[in-house]
Amino acid sequence: MGTRLGKQTLRLDSHPVIQAWASIAGAKEGNGPMGRYFDEVIQDEYFGEKSFEKAESKLIRETLAKILMKGNVSAGDIQYIFAGDLLNQCIAASYGVRESEIPFFGLYGACSTMAESMILGSLMVEGGFAERTVCITSSHFCSAEKQFRFPLEFGNQRPPTSQWTVTGSGGVLVGNSGSGPRIVHVTTGKIVDMGITDANDMGSAMAPAACDTITAHFTETGLAHDYYDMVITGDLGIHGKNICKQLLEENGILIQEILEDCGTMIYDTEVQKTNCGGSGCACSAVILAGYLLDKLSKKELNKILLVCTGALHSPSSIQQGESIPAIAHAVGIEMIS
Amino acid sequence: MEFIRAFVVGGLICVIGQILIDLTKLTPARIMVLFVVAGVVLGILGIYPALVEWGGAGATVPIIGFGNVLAKGVIEDVDKKGLLGAFSGGVRAGSVGIAAAVFFGYIMALLSKPKAKNKN
Amino acid sequence: MKKIRTKQEYVEWTQKIAPKTHKLKNMIMAFITGGIICTIGQVILSLLVKAGMVKEDAASLTTLLMIFLGAFLTGINVYDDIGRIGGAGAAIPVTGFANSIVSPAMEYKKEGYIMGVGAKMFLIAGPVLVYGIVASIAAGILYYIFTINV
Repeated sequence: MGTRLGKQTLRLDSHPVIQAWASIAGAKEGNGPMGRYFDEVIQDEYFGEKSFEKAESKLIRETLAKILMKGNVSAGDIQYIFAGDLLNQCIAASYGVRESEIPFFGLYGACSTMAESMILGSLMVEGGFAERTVCITSSHFCSAEKQFRFPLEFGNQRPPTSQWTVTGSGGVLVGNSGSGPRIVHVTTGKIVDMGITDANDMGSAMAPAACDTITAHFTETGLAHDYYDMVITGDLGIHGKNICKQLLEENGILIQEILEDCGTMIYDTEVQKTNCGGSGCACSAVILAGYLLDKLSKKELNKILLVCTGALHSPSSIQQGESIPAIAHAVGIEMIS
Repeated sequence: MEFIRAFVVGGLICVIGQILIDLTKLTPARIMVLFVVAGVVLGILGIYPALVEWGGAGATVPIIGFGNVLAKGVIEDVDKKGLLGAFSGGVRAGSVGIAAAVFFGYIMALLSKPKAKNKN
Repeated sequence: MKKIRTKQEYVEWTQKIAPKTHKLKNMIMAFITGGIICTIGQVILSLLVKAGMVKEDAASLTTLLMIFLGAFLTGINVYDDIGRIGGAGAAIPVTGFANSIVSPAMEYKKEGYIMGVGAKMFLIAGPVLVYGIVASIAAGILYYIFTINV
């Protein structure tokens, strides 16, 4: 039934299994260094739809279909779906799963949603309330720009600390049986706000939250700092990753060698001109469902800690001069033979 | 010669804008507002018209020149009609710019749709 | 080893180690881009005057044509690239003003022609008109007061 290890961390004793996973990414992501790991790369940012919002819903819908197909299950076999995205009222998720008739929880954790949904999905399985749950998120560069920044055709310059919202969707099927990577520990983040007000500097806003959650994870589990093969943050970007490294060192958490960041992996930042790297719900989702789970299933990686980071501001809160509250959720995934 | 003057004056005005963006993190919308208001102030004080005389399109094409046009219209109308001119002059003088922006903006919006760039 | 930072110390520290803009490069690009756009304006203006147009009308028509140019380049998905390279050199000229009107109008077309195109058109340019007109009226009132008393 799971064991509480501390204020934030639970150990899932039944080790819920990630039975299947799928990812769809945009053209720019497909041209990046991770391009070959995605199940599908879409060339048209409208994805055959009339608007960017509809395209993002379709990303979720198609990714869900792929997950079900790869897991060899039908929508009726899924007890719960946990889904979220960056758009107002999470419309990409709710429209994306509309036709599936799976009991649905809509989540908003900004870019931390992938880990948030996996924590909740695996707890449902651990608690025996579900045989199978699906955890899925999406983001779309064009719809995110429209909502959070400027119109696409507006000729503004992106500051050097800015990041590029990943177009794509990734998700996993978590179940109580079978073989595959298993979810062993989950650490729920708490909100950390260090007073950053610049919405173009998410890395600085989120790094303290990532550091806080990683520190709590190692303290509460008592695991050695070299327990994992890789500790991978969601979308801190180059700047945020540097800050996080230093903050962890100051906390005495010595994982600098194994610390990675999905945001710095997904693009060739120099060539693709993405400044500090990638961001968005889909950033960690497609890296997890593309690269990481692939490496785990091939045993090229055995234990990873995925720490998805989110900035929980809105355009209104920024305009009202509020600082950016940040959060990070961690999921420990292991291959257990 | 007039082309070089336009290039230099226009270029320098834009450099001032760039410095403001890079040093103060002001958004482009705020920079444009600042420039228009500055144009009105410099126009009413009679400073900007001198720059227009020398720099030609280099001074009129930047948005600060639009502020100057508003001020110029206000001066003309106040001279003619008194206080009422303060209300009529600006929009009258700026009418071509405003109407053209709305009209062409509307037409282009009907004809085109946004695209994500930078696919590589 | 544990370091306690206040929020202010944290913000200052992150800004200090943040990647920086190439200020000189940006200034040069703004100068060149703005200069080229203004020179195009000057070419149009000179041609119109040479064709026998009254100077004032020629200036108005130049503005009109520059706005058309900015709107057109936005519509064919080019002005955002000019803006990315030229920065303020593309934003400050009246072509940039046109860009700030066309780009949201295009983007919000999907929300309809009234509340989408019609309302969102002024998302960025609205404040420019509001403050320009308010400032001109305030300036006109002051001008009236001073010229009456003198």
